Amino acid sequence: MKYNSVFDIIGPVMVGPSSSHTAGAARIGKAARNLFGKQPTWAKIYLYESFAKTYKGHGTDFALVGGLLGLETDDPEISKSLDTAKEQGLEIEFIEDSASADHPNTARLVIGDDSDQLELVGISIGGGKVEITELNGFVLRLSGNHPAILIMHNDRFGAIASVTKILAKHEINIGHMEVNRKDVGKEALMVIEVDQNVGDTILKELDSADHIMQISKIDS
Amino acid sequence: MFRTVAELVEIAEKENILISEVMIRQEMDVKEKTRDDVFAEMEKNLQVMERAIDDALKGVESVTGLTGGDAVRIQTYMKEKTPLSGHLLLDAVSKAMGTNEVNAAMGIICATPTAGSAGCVPGTLFAVKNQLNPTREQMIRYLFTAGAFGFVVANNAFISGAAGGCQAEVGSAGAMAAAAIVEMAGGTPQQSAEAFAITLKNMLGLVCDPVAGLVEVPCVKRNAAGSSLAIVSADLALAGVTSKIPCDEVIGAMYRIGKQMPSSLRETGEGGLADTPTGRLLKEKIFGMSV
Repeated sequence: MKYNSVFDIIGPVMVGPSSSHTAGAARIGKAARNLFGKQPTWAKIYLYESFAKTYKGHGTDFALVGGLLGLETDDPEISKSLDTAKEQGLEIEFIEDSASADHPNTARLVIGDDSDQLELVGISIGGGKVEITELNGFVLRLSGNHPAILIMHNDRFGAIASVTKILAKHEINIGHMEVNRKDVGKEALMVIEVDQNVGDTILKELDSADHIMQISKIDS
Repeated sequence: MFRTVAELVEIAEKENILISEVMIRQEMDVKEKTRDDVFAEMEKNLQVMERAIDDALKGVESVTGLTGGDAVRIQTYMKEKTPLSGHLLLDAVSKAMGTNEVNAAMGIICATPTAGSAGCVPGTLFAVKNQLNPTREQMIRYLFTAGAFGFVVANNAFISGAAGGCQAEVGSAGAMAAAAIVEMAGGTPQQSAEAFAITLKNMLGLVCDPVAGLVEVPCVKRNAAGSSLAIVSADLALAGVTSKIPCDEVIGAMYRIGKQMPSSLRETGEGGLADTPTGRLLKEKIFGMSV
């Protein structure tokens, strides 16, 4: 089921005017920032279909940027986020892409700073609820219904076992897990949905495990 | 976990509990939270709704100037004249439109189920409350009942204009409100389902055609339609009128109609009212003044 809580329906509390185009956009921006783990210094934001056609009127632009700045959907500061981004040295470019997308409210965010880069595709499915459908070229389906850990790793034997061993040691149950790789022996992505939020100490431990390149998490 | 309205009503009848109670128990179960936690979270949403209506009745205006002030206008009319549609109905309409005026002015609202349709549920609640005199707990339950029905629609069809047109937004919101009114007025779970079906049936086919792509015209006034239809449908259900097409089949019809809608009528601001001479002119004016 796409929606599992009454508060997906009665909620979120948000700055207007649109739950999919404003609140959902803010959540996609926030997910990108959380996965990046820090504030980016530049962002290229590609908008598709309804997002591309109406983003100015709905404040999709400032909501996405507000999310990148770490703001929640109900933070009145969201409406000033384009100016705030400028002040904080976050350079933004919006691109209206006429290509068709699988969902009418789709945004592709390419964000980065001097050393790192992240590319994410998010869809806003209604009532402020979003899904992450692509990360760094990997197709995935992250609902945000549960906390999740995303691990970029080298496609080597033992990489998955070393991660699950650490989670087992800390008594963290895995609800859903996906592993995806670009090619044999190249970079790969583990998406692990867990039952409780994962603390920083466990993340650090995971980060130092064999063949692990980069770790990020989404709390729920 | 219930997937359909039929299952929702069946659980309520079998266990002899309210629809709101079914939703509360499911939320506690899924999120592993206590009853107090779940109630406290909903109480916060209720407070946001109350504040938005208070703000609206003081008068707001959107950045574009397209919407705002109608909630106040209606309240003044109600004081000075005897409204043909009756005090309660017009009070709900005023508060529903007011909530959406606050939304259009980028104020803080609670999406129910979306921002564009956020007026129907609170607008009816804060009007019906003056006649039914509910406790605070009953007001919170109103939101759980509305949420239970919205939950079924969201999982079996859609609740966003971009996906299914306005029938998915204001159609769902008005129908959710109708079901909640019935429970607050002492109706049965099945009567809530009838009220929901009657409302949604009358919203089928409604397109999402916002002028300039903004959640203003016609969205604010569509909340007048959703909230007034909700009250009328609730009265019909309480009078014993039933829907010949069962609730879940109406939701199914809404889904199929939405799937057949062209993208120009699904929140792209390209068709319908957005594509009228005045709609196009307004768009030009607004984006000329750099929104």
